[in-house]
Amino acid sequence: MSVVVRTVTRIILPLVLIFGAYVIMHGHLTPGGGFQGGAVAASAVALLAITFGFQRWKRTKGSLSFLEDLGAVAFVALGFLGIGYTFFRNVLAGAGGLFGAPVPFGPNPGWLNTGGTLPLMNWAVGLKVIAGLGAVVLLLGLFGGGDDR
Amino acid sequence: MKWVRVGALLLLVGFLMGAAAWMHPFGRPPLAEMDGYFILNAQAEAGANNVVTSVVFDYRGFDTLGEATVLFCAVVGVALLLRKVTK
Repeated sequence: MSVVVRTVTRIILPLVLIFGAYVIMHGHLTPGGGFQGGAVAASAVALLAITFGFQRWKRTKGSLSFLEDLGAVAFVALGFLGIGYTFFRNVLAGAGGLFGAPVPFGPNPGWLNTGGTLPLMNWAVGLKVIAGLGAVVLLLGLFGGGDDR
Repeated sequence: MKWVRVGALLLLVGFLMGAAAWMHPFGRPPLAEMDGYFILNAQAEAGANNVVTSVVFDYRGFDTLGEATVLFCAVVGVALLLRKVTK
């Protein structure tokens, strides 16, 4: 791609990644969550691949697949945390430990240390969506063998 | 034959107009026990201020697991279809 596109990508890429991480991280406080933030961050992968050519990211596919599996396994493992009660029981909520602070009723005051397993699940799903959609974008781009820079 | 089509179209348009006219008022869902329970108790039980997230990841965690499975299957399908075939 042209120098304009490359420069704009370099400027905008950190912002896209930060916004994706923000949407994932605040999934239990504000609208959004793992799927949405993961999609936002996966658009950064698409941006990188389109701007700098797909061939450069040939090796990345394998690690992206691994990350997707890692996210899926983490999600199911977090579901199994509550197997003493029921599957997907939120055992960390209100326990006082990690993400265990009690929340007031009503609009959120922006306390990140709440939600029990929900933030962890958001991160797992976010990782899964980033890696999954990124892998799909790379696979589709590499399929044409296209490197139309 | 033509008049049958026109009649069917008129019927459809009339049905849609009627549905729009007698639509339930927006933002005031009919009373449901489940909604009230979620709104009153979700924040205390799930410990998250976002009730939607607490429904998606806590009360209906299985549904999210299914969604994740759908995404996984989509990725696997794409990887399977677009792989490099070597004999």
